[in-house]
Amino acid sequence: MTATPLLKVEDLHVAFRLHDADGRSHRVEAVGRGDQGISFEVPANTTVALVGESGSGKSVTAMALVQLLPRNAECAGRVLWRGDDLLQAPRAHMQRLRGHEIACVFQDPTTSLNPVLTIGEQIAEPLRKHLLMTRVAARRRAEELLAEVGIAEPQRRLAAYPHQLSGGQQQRVMIAMALACEPQLLIADEPTTALDVTIQRQILELLARLQRQRGLAMLYISHDLAVVGEVAQQIVVMRQGTVRERGTVGELFGAPKDAYTRALLACRPRLDERPRRLTVIDDVLAEVDVATPVQRVDVDLNPRRADDDDPVVLQVDGLSKSFWLRSGLVGRSEFKAVQDVRFTLRRGHTLGVVGESGSGKTTMGLTLLRLHDAASGPLSGRVLFHGHDLLALAPADRLAMRRRIQIVFQNPYESLNPRFTIGQTLVEPMTIHGIGIDAAAREKKARDWLLRVGLDAEAMHKYPHEFSGGQRQRIAIARSLTLSPDVLVLDEAVAALDVSVQAQVLNLLKDLQDELGLAYIFISHDLAVVRFMADDVMVMQDGRVVEHRRTETLLAHPQEEYTRRLIGAVALGPASLATAATRP
Amino acid sequence: MTEMPDFASTSLVSTLADTTPVRRADGVWRSAWRRFRRDGVGMTSLAIVLAYALLIACTGSGLVARHWQEEVGVPDAPPSFVATAASERAAVPAAAAASARASVDISDVDPLAPRYKEWDLRAAQYHAQARPIAATLPLGADRLGRDVLSKALKGTQISVSVGVLAAIVATLIGASLGALAGFFGGWIGDVVEWGYNVLTAVPDILLFFAFAAVFGRGISTLVLIMGLTGWTSQYRQVRAEFIKHSRREYVRAAEAIGASAGARMFRHILPNVSHVILVRMSLMVVNFIKAEVILSYLGLGVATDQVSWGTMLAESQSELVLGHWWQLAAATVAMAVFVTAFSLTADAWRDALDPKLRGQR
Repeated sequence: MTATPLLKVEDLHVAFRLHDADGRSHRVEAVGRGDQGISFEVPANTTVALVGESGSGKSVTAMALVQLLPRNAECAGRVLWRGDDLLQAPRAHMQRLRGHEIACVFQDPTTSLNPVLTIGEQIAEPLRKHLLMTRVAARRRAEELLAEVGIAEPQRRLAAYPHQLSGGQQQRVMIAMALACEPQLLIADEPTTALDVTIQRQILELLARLQRQRGLAMLYISHDLAVVGEVAQQIVVMRQGTVRERGTVGELFGAPKDAYTRALLACRPRLDERPRRLTVIDDVLAEVDVATPVQRVDVDLNPRRADDDDPVVLQVDGLSKSFWLRSGLVGRSEFKAVQDVRFTLRRGHTLGVVGESGSGKTTMGLTLLRLHDAASGPLSGRVLFHGHDLLALAPADRLAMRRRIQIVFQNPYESLNPRFTIGQTLVEPMTIHGIGIDAAAREKKARDWLLRVGLDAEAMHKYPHEFSGGQRQRIAIARSLTLSPDVLVLDEAVAALDVSVQAQVLNLLKDLQDELGLAYIFISHDLAVVRFMADDVMVMQDGRVVEHRRTETLLAHPQEEYTRRLIGAVALGPASLATAATRP
Repeated sequence: MTEMPDFASTSLVSTLADTTPVRRADGVWRSAWRRFRRDGVGMTSLAIVLAYALLIACTGSGLVARHWQEEVGVPDAPPSFVATAASERAAVPAAAAASARASVDISDVDPLAPRYKEWDLRAAQYHAQARPIAATLPLGADRLGRDVLSKALKGTQISVSVGVLAAIVATLIGASLGALAGFFGGWIGDVVEWGYNVLTAVPDILLFFAFAAVFGRGISTLVLIMGLTGWTSQYRQVRAEFIKHSRREYVRAAEAIGASAGARMFRHILPNVSHVILVRMSLMVVNFIKAEVILSYLGLGVATDQVSWGTMLAESQSELVLGHWWQLAAATVAMAVFVTAFSLTADAWRDALDPKLRGQR
């Protein structure tokens, strides 16, 4: 590693010139703070990972390397690609370089592929443009590439359009396109985030294999330290535009020097243990000052036993939901989204629901709340809630029942009305259900809930866009709690959040459960998170429940192949090293 | 940026919040207004539109141009700034005729002569105010000697109010049908969509003729005609927005807390699409003003005792042959300035309200 590195970044700064509402322009630093820019290098035949939360500047850094930033960006410093400074390179030179020597794979393959061109045409394009291949040769090469990235029947797939492929296959095509011109450096910007858990694993393995086989250098960008631990050799941890720590995987996981790295390692829920609370970043950073060990409350101080004597709040029996699909002009066929689901939920318990996307877990959650249009398809089974069958209720009685089952959605950026202040958002449900004597009483209650979920009262007059994702999710939780529900359906409620914020929200949910005796239906694709939250786990595949047991039993002795696959998909990082890190 | 106070520190934060004044965040409209203010073209256009609005208020209340129908100038009097020989030519023969009558005395042979005095006395009892007839007017006069400036002012009032009222009618129809079709879909959506398709299949001008034949002439007819035929663009756009928004999670979340369909449509979705409706409505105002001109020109517009930009243009067709261009010019300039300013204002509003453009300008 003493040879000159392929890519060397020296003291890079990126700032965006923005206009505020009054028309004054100002600079916002995205990468680098003050005098301190970021520096790192990518040696040949090595995977370097940039890790950080959203807003840490990792994607901006990657885009700055290939000069793909929007026009209002200002870069300073040096980006040396085999000795040439790319920041000074003319536009034409960069264009030749991109795709040819440096290739990129982005997060969402569905939006990165052109929907009106076939896969074959899209892979052949860089070959013909950069390598000046003939049509026939390019086609043959494209076929080889598809085979290399693990697409079955590559010859037939060349003529396919992007929508005919699954998400995982599309990402494989993107990788094939990136590799088409034999680049020396592959920049992968969160390439697995938009994919299903089990597919994520396959793509990760594919990238690691290609990197080894081809001797590529790879810059892998991710927010998930555990994933990075499996794919990278060197790690650069970024936070708020600066580099917090650099080192090899062994060093970083084995003996993290920086408090922030330690916090990142500690805050992710794990499969092999179930702490009472998750460590959050602020705790770790605060403890550094007093030089206490990182260990947090791992012991169950106030054990809330999820025992089987708690009263049953929700009993679901043979729940099925289908959707009508149009076929032909007048015909319709039935698509069974959820079939014969049964479970019992007790007060203060959490039922985890896991499965890949399309397994019917979200549909199941929405069906419990009757959030589907009646005309969308038939619904059968029984949902007994305090002795009433929710599915047989008259619409008038449904409103009263509705307040007692509430839902928190996945995307906190979508689930709050952008034109409502937080106060309006929180007061509305109480007004609808006539909770509280007058407006003042409701407002007071809303304020209390805001404080309870960890926001201050000033938030009442603000709009959703002024809050971060984690804060918005807290607001969404507060909104559903204003109705004092018995059951809360959490539909991927932490999936859109950063690992560190996720830990805070999960802790909040646990605290609320202990305090209010809420029953949760926790829908997630991430078994590690489910492991932390749930007492029982229900595994769903293609609308059916394939396994339903106590969390510990299920994880220790999975019966189904499908469950084993889901468990295998959880990124562990270099597991033994990580354990050593959190238990010094 | 993502650190949040944990529970231990919330009490501290809240006490701090009690002492410091609460900073109220800007709503969407307020921040849109702030962005709008930065747009020079938009602000200028808005000033022009407001000036027109003031003018319309004045004419409407009768402060200005109340007597537009009176004959204040000689027929086809030219504008004062082009007082040409034509006006003098018109004035000279009249004076010559008056002097000629005075010079010949035929009272001896006239059998009615003895009664002239009586008639003159009787006529003197009626105070017919001989109105001074001007030879030139600021913007000239039309065929009947009416002041073109007053006509243009009054025409502005009629044309703009017709355009605005029609846009309001069309928006009410289009937005409510669009909201219904977009939000509920299903058979309601199908029915509305069929109605829309049938209506758009008929050429607009044909519909105008049909409605005009049924309702007769007048401002209210015009508003009704244009409102009933012009709602389709608003409908399409609102329907698309409602389809998009009704599937968004915040609407689902509202359903989960028990908000009724009406509340979801009007309290949740409507404020989120109101800027789209507003911008589309202002574009409709422009279109309807132009449509009114065409309808009046075709003789389907305002009643004969009213004036609008369209009737002025229709009249000027015959005047133009005689070289009397001022009525045409007055109506055209008044309309062009207003329509341009209004379009630019609407454009600036769209830019200011479109969150996607935020931070880019």
